[in-house]
Amino acid sequence: MYGKGLRPLAITTALVLTGAFALVFFWAPNDADQGLIQKIFYVHVPMGIVALGGFVAAGIMAVQHLRTGDARWDLRSYVAIHLSIVLAVGVLITGMIWAKASWGAWWVWEEPMLVSFLVVFLLYATYQPLRFSIEDRERQARYASVFAVLAGAFVPINFAAIRMAEAYIHPRTFATTGGGLPGDMLITFLVALAGMTLLFATLWKYELASKHATFQVRALRRRLLGEDELAPVRRSAAPTL
Amino acid sequence: MPALPLDEAGPYVAAAYLVFLGLVLVYVAIMAAKLGRLERELTELNALARERADTAAPVTGGTEEPILHE
Repeated sequence: MYGKGLRPLAITTALVLTGAFALVFFWAPNDADQGLIQKIFYVHVPMGIVALGGFVAAGIMAVQHLRTGDARWDLRSYVAIHLSIVLAVGVLITGMIWAKASWGAWWVWEEPMLVSFLVVFLLYATYQPLRFSIEDRERQARYASVFAVLAGAFVPINFAAIRMAEAYIHPRTFATTGGGLPGDMLITFLVALAGMTLLFATLWKYELASKHATFQVRALRRRLLGEDELAPVRRSAAPTL
Repeated sequence: MPALPLDEAGPYVAAAYLVFLGLVLVYVAIMAAKLGRLERELTELNALARERADTAAPVTGGTEEPILHE
């Protein structure tokens, strides 16, 4: 039962996110260098971290699927990747808005942070077409899991490579040297990150519950109508249980 | 680069947060549409189950209730 505990989780998410945005606009000071546009950071960076974390988590779930052969792990991995792609779209758009305000250009191809995130996004954009291209459900799940594991391993390697890159103008969230964020900004950022993580968890459970309910209805239909009366299952990228 | 003045920076900040809000709303709207479809399917199956129970009752002599209730 994926819906169990969804209500308290959703309420907590709403409270934490509202609190985070209240802190952003009423408590956190304006950045001395960037001014008001630095506030974009509190939505852009948590979305980025949670999206990348979601990709890695999907990889771990895919490992579980390959180890156990349990189709539920494939479903969990699929939903995590789906949600991470949605968040990644948000990261790219909010990042472009920030870049236009800060650098005067929507996109800077010389900046490794931007390009590498785009590469990760495009890599995961092939996940759904890959699934859709394989008709056999079992093979589809297995190949998708292999993809999720390999791409999930690529994410932290990619992240580490950018941290080591020398030429960059994109600001670093957590400085490797020096002071980093001041206390009140750091607290605001951490609350925003917690809110975004909770939002991801809530939507993940919500989508899993929805998919599980769809499978239950399909099973009920099969029992009532019999296999012969059912319309053939359409080819789909989404896993079935 | 010097910070943008408040009146110029405001729309950018608002746009970024609206993008986030928009994404969540679109996601919820898609899920709501799926929920609506699921509800229609369940209503259809419930009607089918009731119909089956009604036709089966005289034959078996039972007074069984349908599987699902509205």
